[in-house]
Amino acid sequence: MFAKQSSTTVKPSKSRTFSFMTPSFKARLATFAMAAALGVTAHAADITGAGSTFVYPVLSKWSAAYSAQTGNHINYQSIGSGGGIAQIKAGTVDFGASDKPLSESELQQAGLGQFPVVIGGIVPVINVAGLAPGQLKLDGAALAKIYLGDIKSWNDPAIAALNPGVNLPDGRITVVHRSDGSGTTFNFTDYLSKVDPQWKTKVGEGTSVQWPVGVGGKGNEGVSAYVKQIKGSIGYVEYAYALQNKMSYALLRNSSGKYVQPNLDSFAAAAATADWAHAKDFNLVMTNAAGADAFPIAATTWVIMYKHPKNAANSKVAFDFFKWSLEHGQPQAQALDYVPLPASLVARVENYWKTEFKL
Amino acid sequence: MSAEAVLTRNPGKTRDAGGDRAFRLLAGGCALLVLFSLAGAAASMAWGGRLAFQTFGWKFLISTDWDAVNHQFGALVPIIGTVVTAALAMLMAVPVSFGIALFLTEVAPAWMRAPVASAVELLAGIPSIIYGMWGLFVFVPFMAAHVDPWVDAHLGALPLIGMFFQGPPLGLGMLTAGIVLAIMVIPFISSVMREVFLTVPSRLKESAYALGATTWEVAWDIVLPYTRQAVIGGIFLGLGRALGETMAVTFVLGNAHQLTASLLLPGNSIAATIANEFTEADSEIYRSSLIALGFLLFVVTFVVLVIARLMLRQLDRKAGRT
Repeated sequence: MFAKQSSTTVKPSKSRTFSFMTPSFKARLATFAMAAALGVTAHAADITGAGSTFVYPVLSKWSAAYSAQTGNHINYQSIGSGGGIAQIKAGTVDFGASDKPLSESELQQAGLGQFPVVIGGIVPVINVAGLAPGQLKLDGAALAKIYLGDIKSWNDPAIAALNPGVNLPDGRITVVHRSDGSGTTFNFTDYLSKVDPQWKTKVGEGTSVQWPVGVGGKGNEGVSAYVKQIKGSIGYVEYAYALQNKMSYALLRNSSGKYVQPNLDSFAAAAATADWAHAKDFNLVMTNAAGADAFPIAATTWVIMYKHPKNAANSKVAFDFFKWSLEHGQPQAQALDYVPLPASLVARVENYWKTEFKL
Repeated sequence: MSAEAVLTRNPGKTRDAGGDRAFRLLAGGCALLVLFSLAGAAASMAWGGRLAFQTFGWKFLISTDWDAVNHQFGALVPIIGTVVTAALAMLMAVPVSFGIALFLTEVAPAWMRAPVASAVELLAGIPSIIYGMWGLFVFVPFMAAHVDPWVDAHLGALPLIGMFFQGPPLGLGMLTAGIVLAIMVIPFISSVMREVFLTVPSRLKESAYALGATTWEVAWDIVLPYTRQAVIGGIFLGLGRALGETMAVTFVLGNAHQLTASLLLPGNSIAATIANEFTEADSEIYRSSLIALGFLLFVVTFVVLVIARLMLRQLDRKAGRT
């Protein structure tokens, strides 16, 4: 009886999927044939890119809006920055995206160029009873000492000195970091290296480092989950995660001595005041930026492309896509808690395209 | 022999000899395919990891370094994490699985056996990411609030072994990973055990009962010796999963490259390290070290299996002599 029942349920569904498949396949064939017949004049280009997971949400929003306008499709695979660099070097994609800039010599060797596309921020999140979001103030040195394991409790004199009048609890600090290699970690450790010489020599900066202390969570969601669960913990996540998970955060003192709130304005201030003028190929990590209102751990993602691409037609569309995104993609970026590049930087990027790339 | 002779003498069946040969080839091919893919996987990982082995030599096995910035890698922390969590898991899973199988074959009333058995098998079908999520969001807070403080206060104060049980109540760590792994492998081991316990001839069991044996004596002295080989096979199936489990362990182990004695502190395992770091391994030596870790997982599993086989042979010899 059971067998009979199952056979009667399987058959119709099979035939249904079959009859459903054929027309759609035919339709696809037809569009394909039409596109082929139209040839070069058809604008339905398929651009492929791969790399950073950080930029994936905004890139997919942009590509949806862009393809609605132009018919060109952008296929982006968020396989990680390392993978993106490897893929563009192998020439299997039209553009790569990385959270870590390539050096001048590395770019030159491969005939590549790079430019920033969007800005985000990395926020120190905490789980300390009795402290309101933004009530705890830290400077770079204190944050580095916490992550080095030198500062072990929340009422350590070094933290107390930065927080006069705040009742700090006598709890042990549990450090939370990323367990997977990540651009977020790269920017965070780059900041610590810039502000603390001991961090620079002992640990250094990279997409994954040898953490002296702490537990590792997988992804932004892993770190947020650990910080929420472990009392007395501190971690670092992308701004959007801190916001969406309503996590308590600490204020950071920037290079001009001001404590700034992490928000889109302070990230934009970091991007605007970073020293792009002296950064060849935009090879500049904008942590610890100089501006009075700049948030100290702002980050960007670089798009990497060939200066003399093999598939010039595809590259042209890719540039058109990024031009559109930088000039008209601000609403999509802001909706996802990213910061669009400030106008001065967009002008710089477009100038770089003109001088460096053969379009 | 004689059956073959009968077959060849029967003229109507001679054509079947060809079919037999084809079948033997086919079945042998299937078995060889496993060997080939095993050897191929091991060889390609050894090849991929050759840069790491060349660079670090034997130091790769005993170094606790895992420094992507300065390109210093060592496998000791993940190896120990893998072995310790799997050992913890087996320590808990084997007795419990034995109890489940025994209950379902000897003790439980007949109407209960089939539903509970299928429930256990259903557990085996839950994807490991679900165990990981459950571990992270439900079990870790429970461990942090109730188990870890107790372990730290009571077992941590013991002389000698106390160092294994001291630590802050993070909820994450080797002990939590071991328990989650145990829950994951119990269905595998217990369903194999149940299947093989059912194959014990009732004549043997009934004879033992007739001689006045208790249920425990029947299980321990009749059922277990009769099915020992298969039971150990089932345990290895579970052990293999515990050694190689990735997602669930990543969520609850804490992923810290630090060598600690305490089971309450975070560690790392081979599979978790690879899963975490492979996508962003941005240098040749980094990627090679991760692949070398994969090869070492092979080696660890192989060594554990060989040791177990040797122990089994020792047992067989003893049993033969007495």
